[in-house]
Amino acid sequence: MGNRVVITGLGVCAPNGTTIDEFSDAIKKGLSGIRHQPDLETLNFSCQIAGKPSLSEERINQYFTPLELRNLNSTGIIYGVIAGLDAWKDAGLTIENNNEPDWDSGTIFGAGTSGIDKFRWAINKIDALEIKKLGSSVVIQTMASGVSAFISGKLGLGNQVSTNSSACATGAESILLAYERIKTGQATRMLAGSTSDSGPYIWGGFDAMKVCTFKHNHEPEKGSRPMSATASGFVPGSGAGALVLESLESAIARKAKIYGEVLGGHINSGGQRGPGSMTAPNPTAVQRCIQAALENAGIKAQEIDVINGHLTATIKDTLEIENWKTALQLPAAEFPYINSIKGMIGHCIAASGSIECVASILELSEGFIFPNINCEDLNPEITALINAKCIPQTVIHKPFNILAKASFGFGDINVCIIFKKYTHE
Amino acid sequence: MNKEEIIEALKIIVEPYSEEASALVHINENTDFITDLKINSANLVDIVLDIEEKFNIEIDNDSMAKMLTVKATTEIIAQKLEAHAG
Repeated sequence: MGNRVVITGLGVCAPNGTTIDEFSDAIKKGLSGIRHQPDLETLNFSCQIAGKPSLSEERINQYFTPLELRNLNSTGIIYGVIAGLDAWKDAGLTIENNNEPDWDSGTIFGAGTSGIDKFRWAINKIDALEIKKLGSSVVIQTMASGVSAFISGKLGLGNQVSTNSSACATGAESILLAYERIKTGQATRMLAGSTSDSGPYIWGGFDAMKVCTFKHNHEPEKGSRPMSATASGFVPGSGAGALVLESLESAIARKAKIYGEVLGGHINSGGQRGPGSMTAPNPTAVQRCIQAALENAGIKAQEIDVINGHLTATIKDTLEIENWKTALQLPAAEFPYINSIKGMIGHCIAASGSIECVASILELSEGFIFPNINCEDLNPEITALINAKCIPQTVIHKPFNILAKASFGFGDINVCIIFKKYTHE
Repeated sequence: MNKEEIIEALKIIVEPYSEEASALVHINENTDFITDLKINSANLVDIVLDIEEKFNIEIDNDSMAKMLTVKATTEIIAQKLEAHAG
């Protein structure tokens, strides 16, 4: 059986909120964090809108030493450290400067790439024959594991400290990896999460692939349209989400606030076989992932109350709904509610899964279902599959028990996690 | 620039890299960057960059390898300044 694993702390750095209170309020109200980005316009991007967390210098200064702040040019590390440390504090844990590390606590904090602006700066220096000027700050900010290294140093973590990377499934994957470590008794507490840099150098590749929308530069808040008939590509985003996972035993022993429980989940790949490719999902793999997650969590399809989808606002949204429908095998009347926060914050790439899990846990613990925005014109192909009432467009306040969260990523990879409300027994 | 002036300038440069407040106050020729000021060895290259900028000199790899104490560092700075002036 192993340890039961619960969530005891949350932290977030999202385009529509950089504290849990602000974020929780924003997602209930359906507030958009998508803005016009002058730098993208200057650089001739097709998509000139994006979601970026808004952080004051004063706020950033609370999390980094003056020395760290010198030459700090990695937005992903900034977002990850803020979300990570906030989650730690939210869990009622202290940050102490002990001589001994905390052997029972670790982190799996994912990233797609690290410090892309720093990397660009370093490359320019090298090409200008100024290699010596790089100093000591390039490696620590551009190594993929920079974010987990920064976080663990601040918290004194002595268990596994690692960065996972699995494209847009990174955030959800980090939570399952952390869950497994606690479940199997190798750690008592793990900070799970993921982060994604901001800016043209991280988003440019997606823009060039024509997977981002170019139709809403004049109306940024309307641009990200999951499940809409007029969805025309995703809006890039950035930020970080963080969750403290802990054995139930430890949480109870220290009388921690418990947000919810991780019942289980599954990670798989379509192997880029059949309809699957580097960029397209193999539907059989997606369906198997969802079914295996249910089985692993020990629940039946009809027990799912809410699905937090991947739903990026591309033509693949319909395929995703079809996959959920096939995997769950539920009659139309019993299909769960389904929502996507990407309408409000865009697709935060490597950070999407963790930010979306933070939103999911807030819904479970506070008893609400956040609204889908920008899908007033629901895609008829989607409403042919499921009832429109499953896609709430205004917030629903209602306690519920089980939420299924899925994230999918390039490389044909899938993650599905099952969360349950924790009822204090 | 005399030795005392160089040490004074050096003190300002190394300050952000050390958390040893009392060792910083008592910085002198015999101060060792790593054992006394507990500076992370990775940051020694940053200190050298700061020195190059402050004194408008260039420090070669051989000199850099010797710059572990205030004494060695002040001597190298003084030499470079002299070479520069000459």
